[in-house]
Amino acid sequence: MSPRLELRAISKRWPSVVANDAVSLEVMPGEIHALLGENGAGKSTLMKILYGVIQADAGEIIWEGRPVRVTSPAEARRLGIGMVFQHFSLFETLTVVENIALGLGDGSALDELSQRITAVSERYGLPIDPRRIVHALSVGERQRVEIVRCLLQKPRLLIMDEPTSVLSPQAIESLFDTLRTIAAEGCSVLYISHKLDEIRALCHRATVLRAGKVSARCTPSEETHESLARMMIGGDLPAVTRRVAPEDSAVRLELSALSMPPEDPFGTALHDIRLQVRSGEIVGIAGVSGNGQQELIELLSGERLAANADAILIEQKPAGHLGVSRRRALGLATIVEERLGRGAVPALSLVDNALLTARDTMLRGAFIDRRALGAFARQCITRFAVRCRNEHAPARSLSGGNLQRFIVGREILQNPRVLVVAQPTWGVDVGAAAFIRQSLIDLRDAGCAILVVSEDLDELFEVSDRIAVLAGGRLSQAYPAADLDAGKIGVMMGAAARGAANPISREDSHVV
Amino acid sequence: MSFRLERRTETSAALQIGAPLIASALTLLSGFLMFAALGKDPVHAMRVFFLFPLKDLYGVSELLLKAAPLMLIAIGLAVGFRANVWNIGAEGQYIAGAIAASGAALALDRTLDSTILLPLLALAGMAGGMAWAAIPAALRTRFNANEILVSLMLVYVAELLVSWLVHGPWRDPDGFNFPQTRMFDDAALLPAMIEGTRLTHVFAIALVALAAGHLLMQRSFIGFQLRVAGQAPAAARYAGFSASRTVWIGMLAGGAMAGLAGMAEVAGAMGQLTPKVGVGYGFAAIIVAFVGRLHAFGIFLASLLMALMVLGGEQSQQYLALPSSVAKVFQGMLLFYLLGTDLFTQYRLVKVRRDGSGEHI
Repeated sequence: MSPRLELRAISKRWPSVVANDAVSLEVMPGEIHALLGENGAGKSTLMKILYGVIQADAGEIIWEGRPVRVTSPAEARRLGIGMVFQHFSLFETLTVVENIALGLGDGSALDELSQRITAVSERYGLPIDPRRIVHALSVGERQRVEIVRCLLQKPRLLIMDEPTSVLSPQAIESLFDTLRTIAAEGCSVLYISHKLDEIRALCHRATVLRAGKVSARCTPSEETHESLARMMIGGDLPAVTRRVAPEDSAVRLELSALSMPPEDPFGTALHDIRLQVRSGEIVGIAGVSGNGQQELIELLSGERLAANADAILIEQKPAGHLGVSRRRALGLATIVEERLGRGAVPALSLVDNALLTARDTMLRGAFIDRRALGAFARQCITRFAVRCRNEHAPARSLSGGNLQRFIVGREILQNPRVLVVAQPTWGVDVGAAAFIRQSLIDLRDAGCAILVVSEDLDELFEVSDRIAVLAGGRLSQAYPAADLDAGKIGVMMGAAARGAANPISREDSHVV
Repeated sequence: MSFRLERRTETSAALQIGAPLIASALTLLSGFLMFAALGKDPVHAMRVFFLFPLKDLYGVSELLLKAAPLMLIAIGLAVGFRANVWNIGAEGQYIAGAIAASGAALALDRTLDSTILLPLLALAGMAGGMAWAAIPAALRTRFNANEILVSLMLVYVAELLVSWLVHGPWRDPDGFNFPQTRMFDDAALLPAMIEGTRLTHVFAIALVALAAGHLLMQRSFIGFQLRVAGQAPAAARYAGFSASRTVWIGMLAGGAMAGLAGMAEVAGAMGQLTPKVGVGYGFAAIIVAFVGRLHAFGIFLASLLMALMVLGGEQSQQYLALPSSVAKVFQGMLLFYLLGTDLFTQYRLVKVRRDGSGEHI
């Protein structure tokens, strides 16, 4: 049997970096092939070349035995290549069938298209109602719409770019079932991920990318977690050490009956959030983005004010009505998900970016103490091993991992009593991720109360003492991390989303 | 073959300084060609335009007199522009300042000594400009009304207001019905800085304002907040910098400086309020602020250049029989070339090959 797709020595060079260096890859019909690599290893670039979004500098694409030139996504679709991107491209105000009709652009009648959608969704286990409006759909449902849209074009290769990063554990299982069905019918699947367990469970073969080059090819089911990790990062996974949290320490952050209507029609309302975070513990908040995470972080940081001052207590003091600066004065620090543009100003130097939040000792009256500020920035760079030209390098010149090291360092060096962190290691390389998690644990051991909001369950289990689930704007009770596993968290997501006090049966839970 | 623009990973520092110089050179070159096309000897014409105005002390004093209000207004506007607060109505705030200062002068110039009166007039001018700027600031922060439109439209309101005042309540009773106020008494006039010229101490005030603006923007925490608000509003919100305070500071700084310039005009060369008080300083200062890179020293140089072009226009009228709007052509070309060259500090030109991939040039 000849391969469905062959990439031969694909190279792509950006002004500052070689994204792909003579990458070759082969996918057979009906095969689920993993493209494994860290953030920045060149996976996305390679897939954009294959899908015609960008053009390779060198190399060949062989599609079903003959060389092709893919000049645009439309051309890729015509060849029979479908792609589901990590970030969906759906119109919130349109219905499912309208969105799909726009994507297909073949002028078929909506009624007839609805029937085709229903047929495809039943066949592949992707329950979706064509008449629903997209903004009312959960992230998992939106992904199904994207997959159905691809499948309607009868692709012979389906590219899935990090599809599970937005899904609950149960939704991941049902996605895998769907992908296996698709592959069993002869369609090839290219599965892009850096999650080792998923690849071992799902994929027949794997091509591993490291720094733009193919570092290994393997059969994932024959590999261990550790051996795959070595192929991906060229060394062992850095381990994080931790101690047991002390009991009965002081409550430093307390949320009681915290509610908030959504800011815009497509936002999420928060309902009656209750939580305590004690000195010396890390509480993790699991859940898929879009379930109130953004709103909760803004309410905690002080970017949005709570309706009731007593709903947020920082060090026992009512803080619901206080703005960002006054909450910081109480000892709160916040690290947000978007590093560039929110956590740091892209064009400003690291020195100036240090001043963004660290300003107590950096000011002399109305003026900036440049010397103190420079010293602070250098200390942050040294202690948190930030790789940069020097402290005057603009924030946008740093890689994601290095900028995150700097931002985490900037907050930790201010000795916060309460730290709220969103997605601390999102898009960060493995080395920086382990370093950042260790830094959080060290800060916890020093007595800080830490709240970590993350989509990454592995990360939450690695650092958290207790874990709660935020779904549909409702927060579950926080349970000791040792008593939980991914399955239980999935059940909690379903329960929290419906506002139920008791966890429910597994069947309903992938509605999340 | 076609070209496309590609974003640079780091801004080119050399081009950032070079862009104004290249733009100036291109402006001169185009002016050279333009004079030649008009049938004038380009070398002579350029000398008339750029060197004649500077041939004696009087010429230099006139240059500084015209540059000073530009410096004042531009440094005030730069504070707002850095924070993405687009005050386009400095001309209106300038007129409002002139009106307020004139009102104070007419009421008090026969009762107060100049050492008390002049600071009062300056305060009145600044208050007038700030009040005019406060309207778009309030509408922006309260109702999210676009400050570009509101501040611009208020220019025309201010022009009509000054016209009504000098045709009506403030008209000089002994002025043969000319639409203007009476001349102010000496107590309300700024003293000359150089004897025998029209240059008043407004130039010294402008230099102080430039220094203060530099300190505010480069060294103070407020300046830092404004810069963050301008470059990354989400980061400003995250850091707890108030967005509405940013708008207020940005608008009021521009209004105060424009109002002060308006006061210096009526209490200086004019000595009275007339409908001709608004001569376009407020609009020219926008160009000055950008040509000067929103930076105090740059604004100093750009003000001198713009003032020179105005004087050069007058000289061309006199000696070359060309309309004085030649100056406007030069101003327009300068801004055009500056924006053009500016693009390349952020982007580079890439040649697109047939297969869609790029090649750096």
